[in-house]
Amino acid sequence: MLEVSGLKKEFQPLSGPPVTAIGDVSFRVEARQFVSIVGPSGCGKSTLLQCVAGLMRPTAGTVVLDGREVTGPPEGLILLFQEYNKSLMAWRTVLGNVCFGLENKAGLARADREAEARHYIGLVGLGGFEHQYPWELSGGMQQRVAIARALACKPQVLLMDEPFGALDALTRIELEDTLLRLWESLRSTILFVTHDIEEAVYLSDRVYVLSRRPSRMIEDTAVDLPRPRNQLASREDTRFIKLRRHTFELISKEMAQI
Amino acid sequence: MRRIPWSGLAVLAACLLAWEAWAYWRRDLAAYFPPASEVLVTLGQMLGSGELTGHVAATMKRFAEGYFLAAVLAVGAGLCLGLWRWLYNAFEPLIELLRPMPSPATIPIAILFLGIGDEMKVAVTIYACSWPILLNTLDGVRSVDRVLFATAATFRLSPWARFWKVVLPAASPQIVTGLRVSLAIALILVTTSEMVVSNDGLGYYVLESQRTFQMPQMYAAVVALGVIGYALNRLFLMIDGWVMAWHKGATRREN
Repeated sequence: MLEVSGLKKEFQPLSGPPVTAIGDVSFRVEARQFVSIVGPSGCGKSTLLQCVAGLMRPTAGTVVLDGREVTGPPEGLILLFQEYNKSLMAWRTVLGNVCFGLENKAGLARADREAEARHYIGLVGLGGFEHQYPWELSGGMQQRVAIARALACKPQVLLMDEPFGALDALTRIELEDTLLRLWESLRSTILFVTHDIEEAVYLSDRVYVLSRRPSRMIEDTAVDLPRPRNQLASREDTRFIKLRRHTFELISKEMAQI
Repeated sequence: MRRIPWSGLAVLAACLLAWEAWAYWRRDLAAYFPPASEVLVTLGQMLGSGELTGHVAATMKRFAEGYFLAAVLAVGAGLCLGLWRWLYNAFEPLIELLRPMPSPATIPIAILFLGIGDEMKVAVTIYACSWPILLNTLDGVRSVDRVLFATAATFRLSPWARFWKVVLPAASPQIVTGLRVSLAIALILVTTSEMVVSNDGLGYYVLESQRTFQMPQMYAAVVALGVIGYALNRLFLMIDGWVMAWHKGATRREN
């Protein structure tokens, strides 16, 4: 349902020849799948997501969502950022922030919007915090607000750009499980970018590995682990350990070449 | 309940006492340096008799007209310049040329074109107030984080909604900073232009009292100007604290 083919992205620095961030990347994400993209830092993962989200035009190649080529931010697709503190609106309460995406939907009365927002605030476990401001909350809670805001729009596809990268390890574990729970009940498609191999394997149905810049796809592995996942059992599963090892070797080989 | 700033009040009282004592000690200066008590009594009498009312009203009217027109014009211009890079590039040299020029220098030119009435005073006030508002607004718009813009884009906001819901609130703390700086500038320019040419207003009154050797009256009007400036700033801070409470909270958290 989401198909990226031959995607290439060059940047023109102030001086010198153009830099190729993404060389040639093609992949598919099936509906309701959880797919992660991992790769060495600077391999253009964020750039790739920006192109998929329609926020950036690729130099070559196409992104097709449900048979329609993406040329601008498409309907039914939301990109969630790592920088929750910059992406949330400091002048809006939690409720106001989650309502933000719903305000665009025509024919939704204010009361309905708020009811809808409250539902999602409850889902991410922030019931009772509706009238707090983002800056009154911890980092993990702020990212929960951003997740609720994105999910409230009922996106078919949720793109996540290292969403837990700025959080401490325990908060991260908590949010991983919240995300999986929500994904399983809402059945949306998630394309998740991370530099954390374990996180990618733990969460996903498939893991795509990117090479260093100019990036190509170097591996596409299906994660053969039963769901629901469990932080202890899944991570101790031999298949998890094998996959982690395999992916780690691929990426460290890439990094050694820099 | 706010705590009473005792130490601040003590310094203020000490200064008034020093003024009082010095004026008594140097009786030879009495002609142009009356004691604080005399100035305050004169101020009270002038307020009581209504002698100052007309002048205060004239000054405040010019202040309000100049300040609010400047706020509307400069916020509008700053938003446009901040949103459209090409517009900024076109106007930047002009802004950089005019901005450092001391604003009172425009008074003689304004007299030539607008005469010696209120139009001239309001015009120079608008001119002078516009710079801090314009530059702060411009900077506020341009420093809206790219993540915030990208968020607006991924939620498919129309340009209009993006402006009202993202750009304007995100830039508002800096717009308020500009408005606050200009508050003092407006009063300076109104007073200065009244001193140059006028037949009412506190600026006129201060200079006229000095020229007619009515020293207690002159000092009283200066004190009145100080009190007005102080009151305007307090009022501004009150509204600011109420409207921008989210920003106070957010920045306190960061520090």
